[in-house]
Amino acid sequence: MALRTLVTRKTLRTLPLGFRGLQTFSLPDLPYDYGALEPAISGDIMQIHHQKHHQAYITNYNKALEQLDGAIAKGDASTVVKLQSAIKFNGGGHVNHSIFWKNLAPIREGGGEPPKGSLGWAIDNHFGFIDALIQKMNAEGAALQGSGWVWLGVDKELKRLVVETTANQVNSVVSPINGPLIQVLLLNVEPVLLLEDIGFQNLTAQCGVCFTLEYIGDPLVTKGPSLVPLLGIDVWEHAYYLQYKNVRPDYLKNIWKVINWKYASEVFEKECP
Amino acid sequence: MNLLSCSSNHCPLSSKVLASTSPPSKILKSSVRVRNLGWGERRDNMRNNRRVSKVVAYYGLKSPPYRLDALEPYMSQRTLEVHWGAHHRGYVEALNKQLAKNDILYGCTMDELIRVTYNNGNPLPEFNNAAQVWNHDFFWESMQPGGGEMPTLGILQQIEKDFASFANFKEKFIEAALTSFGSGWVWLVLKREKKCLAIVKTSNAVNPLVWNDIPIISLDLWEHAYYLDYKNDRAKYVNTFMNHLVSWNAAAARMARAQAFVNLGEPKIPVA
Repeated sequence: MALRTLVTRKTLRTLPLGFRGLQTFSLPDLPYDYGALEPAISGDIMQIHHQKHHQAYITNYNKALEQLDGAIAKGDASTVVKLQSAIKFNGGGHVNHSIFWKNLAPIREGGGEPPKGSLGWAIDNHFGFIDALIQKMNAEGAALQGSGWVWLGVDKELKRLVVETTANQVNSVVSPINGPLIQVLLLNVEPVLLLEDIGFQNLTAQCGVCFTLEYIGDPLVTKGPSLVPLLGIDVWEHAYYLQYKNVRPDYLKNIWKVINWKYASEVFEKECP
Repeated sequence: MNLLSCSSNHCPLSSKVLASTSPPSKILKSSVRVRNLGWGERRDNMRNNRRVSKVVAYYGLKSPPYRLDALEPYMSQRTLEVHWGAHHRGYVEALNKQLAKNDILYGCTMDELIRVTYNNGNPLPEFNNAAQVWNHDFFWESMQPGGGEMPTLGILQQIEKDFASFANFKEKFIEAALTSFGSGWVWLVLKREKKCLAIVKTSNAVNPLVWNDIPIISLDLWEHAYYLDYKNDRAKYVNTFMNHLVSWNAAAARMARAQAFVNLGEPKIPVA
């Protein structure tokens, strides 16, 4: 299984917490300065977004994982189930934001440059021209109620680009997944990210819960197990409020100036060679 | 939630129109012809009454019951200006625009509109705007300059009855606010059926009216409510709300009104 091959490539770190080798996550560094994305996104926002929000997700994620580890060791099934929403929310927040930092690049490092190569071709094929894609994503992002993300992803099986939103909904999107959500997350996030952050090797064998998927900071994979994120735009208010206040459409218009299409192309080429 | 309980004479949806399971728009359009054309007539019959001016104002933006700088330093004037002046106003205008396109929703009070557009969990597009307009009206009135402190008399008694103590209630309320994921609201409601106070978390625009409960206090947990003042420090915002902003006067008034609808028990009248 793909998961096991990924696992064996990396040795477990030393000094594990508990005999299962639970690894904690840490805040990844940004590949650019906080102020490097001005004027599209202000340095203040980048700093708070990275150091406060993303860090909070990671801290709470680690806490939830530790609690999960303890509950599994004790065989406390009801606690295991209760922790799932905290894990999904905070883990999802961590996954999403890690992708998000890679999706942005300063203008002088290629931010905003339209994609060339196979991704550019696929976009033209599917959407007509890149502006149509941008308009679609902006429309979906602006229409999204509450907090969430708007994604450009590729469906691995159908070899097709999709624009999706993961967001708060009054009705939850119900879609049982057989096997742990964690497993699904790991299988569908870019392998580089996985190897650094993997911490679940042995836990996956124990978890076996089906549960419903809901709302917010959900990773793209919750909309379909074969969806791989290429680009994600955070439309939670914390991502733009200090600069754009309630005018989310302006934020969406300007963020394209610093979008890192190179990263999206790399992921696309890996998934659909 | 029974939609048939809407009982206004003017709201066309209080008839059995929405009891069927067909998609709302189809039903509503066909029902226009059969209903009694009352005061909506002038708006509907464009063919006959072109000279009559069309009524286009639906809901207006209500100001908070205090000046925009009155909640300083706990909630800055800037926040009020953007939150009320831009967000709340935006919801009102968006709602009016939607209502202009949909005659069938004309004539409902705000409460009815919310219940009807919630559509038992499958909300119509107007729900978000209608509910947010109501929610924000309610929220401004849930705060006052010099707020916080303790409730008194009746509402304090009810809190102590349902939560053991005010301190416990405060703790539970703050906990609910901090464990709420994403955008939403936290409410202190009076549950109609259970006849007790409870703390309820809702997401996005949902409010307890859709479950026919009576809200007493609300707290806006959308990031726009606190971001300019507290950035990501939601805990500080929630604590400040409880200590300095919440209006127990408003809560007491709402509680008194709620008791007209919910029987909370016999009063202790001393026997002569």
